[in-house]
Amino acid sequence: MINFMKLKYLYFAISLAFIVPGIISLGLYGFKSSIDFTGGSLLEIELKQTKPTPAEITQTLETQAELVSVTPAEGQRFVLKFKPLDRQQALTIKEVLTKKYGEVTEIRFETVGPTIGRELLRKTLTAIVIAAIAILIFVMKQFNQFKYGVCAVLAMFHDTIILLGAFSLLGHFYGVEVDTLFVTAVLTILSFSVHDTIVVYDRIRESLKTNHKAGFTDIVNKAVNETLARSINNSMTIIFMLLALWLLGGESIRWFVFALLIGTITGTYSSTFVAAPLLILWEDLKNRK
Amino acid sequence: MTLGKKLYSILFLTLFCAVIDMPKTVPLKLHYGFINIDTKLTRPEFSITFLGKTFSRDLEIKQGLDLKGGTQVLLSADMQNIDVADQADAIESSKEIISRRIDLYGVSEATVQSSVSDGEYRIIVELPGVSNIDQALDLIGQTAQLDFRELLPDKKATTQAMLSDFVQTELTGKNLKRSRVEFDPNNGQPTVTLEFDETGAKLFEEITARNVGYRVGIFLDQMPLMTPPNVSETIRDGKAIISGGFTTEEAKQISIQLNAGALPVPINIVKQQNIGATLGQESVQKSVRAGFIGLSMVMLFMILYYGWRGVIADVALIIYGLITLAIYKLLPVTLTLPGLAGFILSVGMAVDSNILIFERMKEEVRQGVGWQRAMELGFGRAWDAIKDANVATLITAFILFNPLNWNFLNSSGMIRGFALTLALGIIVSLFTGIVVTRTLLRAFYRPPKEIKQ
Repeated sequence: MINFMKLKYLYFAISLAFIVPGIISLGLYGFKSSIDFTGGSLLEIELKQTKPTPAEITQTLETQAELVSVTPAEGQRFVLKFKPLDRQQALTIKEVLTKKYGEVTEIRFETVGPTIGRELLRKTLTAIVIAAIAILIFVMKQFNQFKYGVCAVLAMFHDTIILLGAFSLLGHFYGVEVDTLFVTAVLTILSFSVHDTIVVYDRIRESLKTNHKAGFTDIVNKAVNETLARSINNSMTIIFMLLALWLLGGESIRWFVFALLIGTITGTYSSTFVAAPLLILWEDLKNRK
Repeated sequence: MTLGKKLYSILFLTLFCAVIDMPKTVPLKLHYGFINIDTKLTRPEFSITFLGKTFSRDLEIKQGLDLKGGTQVLLSADMQNIDVADQADAIESSKEIISRRIDLYGVSEATVQSSVSDGEYRIIVELPGVSNIDQALDLIGQTAQLDFRELLPDKKATTQAMLSDFVQTELTGKNLKRSRVEFDPNNGQPTVTLEFDETGAKLFEEITARNVGYRVGIFLDQMPLMTPPNVSETIRDGKAIISGGFTTEEAKQISIQLNAGALPVPINIVKQQNIGATLGQESVQKSVRAGFIGLSMVMLFMILYYGWRGVIADVALIIYGLITLAIYKLLPVTLTLPGLAGFILSVGMAVDSNILIFERMKEEVRQGVGWQRAMELGFGRAWDAIKDANVATLITAFILFNPLNWNFLNSSGMIRGFALTLALGIIVSLFTGIVVTRTLLRAFYRPPKEIKQ
């Protein structure tokens, strides 16, 4: 049996090494949010005949509307972003582009009012808080102790913060946007993280029943040893699925899948190397008093 | 249940789901020597009548807007000038009218829903598979037009007047104060009452004076709201009663629509999404292909790592896929892109229960327990962890799905789609991961020699 718990401070240090840059980035840059949150319009078009540069398109549309950005997408496609447009304005823009560049195919058009975006953000935060409380209560009830609930939720926040930080950095350096799908990913990771943690805690609960003599640290260590193979194997299967989706699953879900991928990896790590050592730390602090 | 019975039940369930899952027709061709098969397998119709209620499904997978392409419009009603008491009515009638307009335009499978969020009244319109929706959108944006029409002088006497024989008067919905359903005190029949404002009362008096004994049409969006009623006398007080010929339900409908014409709620588009059909189809193809590749990798991994038990877990996984797909078709679940991702993710979780159980079995065997007992112990001991872990995931899925339509939580179709497929995935995986795998293991698995005690 490997004495994993001996190195618990190393694990906390590793976690901090991932959490701190993310938090700094969140504070400095925040997120690059999509129109889902900020409000605005998005028009994705395909130009059949010519391929102008984004700068040329910007110039063409300068007088037409408040253009926020032009991003080239795969092939002859462009994603144009505006301050909120109505349908009529969007049609005018298409006409202007057709005159200049020939046939224009509309791939998608989305427009979101600014209030809707704020509402989505608020509702998402509410959902996270409610989910956290519900899980805290559930874990406390199943494990009959306050500390299991608290540590499971802490591990869950650990994963969430790493994920949020990663996307803040990705947004700043690669222009990756945070949208409704990302919100779904965050919420999924909440549940996955707890799912994994509970499996480890279940082992501790079971060992405590049969092993009255062993110390708490030994029991936690035993549980971690016993569940590690399962944890890794299970994550491998999910990672296989996600990797396939990430590499082959098309543009629209790429970052969604990537978010799930980060979450799966941190979720697996945190159940063994955060949630379990936190229990020991809790016990240590309690005994010191 | 005996092992045999369980095995047959699982087999039956699998076949049942497989039939539901298959495409409408499958061509079957086989040429081998003198055997010549050239036929088509056709999926049977699904329709059950139980206690007088018919349950039928066309058994096609319903695709959401993001997969099929189409338009979603979120409208917000400006209730500034409308009494709080009338707001719910106003939104209902607006919804009614928008549906009618879309029906006129002939969009199939369009859905129109109303919702209240933070005291804001909204209408969500989904128009699937329509590429040119500009005209429909124009229609949606207008407020309802209610007007009163009289017959052309030379057509007044005819009993079979055409729509075009009615001409507009100056009286329109903006002169209507309100409409109510009341019951005739003499015979208890439902009636629809109209109350006009001052100008309206004057106009109405003129119109009725001109048309005593003839019919006056009430038109909503250029279409007659009901059979034009006969004017029995000149009405001076601006209050009209339309009686006879309708049920309470119909009277309510008419009254709602009259009120809508009378209460023009300004409606604004707050969100609009058009998704081209090609983008959706690309996503589906890519995701499905990715799903297959991912799934094969998972199955291969299970076989490499767990040997024959892995094969059994894979069979259970295939059964899992068949059952889930059948449920999607039966409920039906509208599959969106996040929904598809939720399904693929739940495949990963489905294998988890098997991994937990197999790891547990290995441990028991290592501790010197016989394989048969180890198998049963493995299932029993892993159950606590599987149960608690999955309940926690179900809790999150529940909050995401927001089944009680709580105001402070999201009710967007996309997140709901994801939550629904995830929750279904978990429930089905608990069944296949435990019941199916256990039955198959008991029936078919014999351990390799070296493990046997």
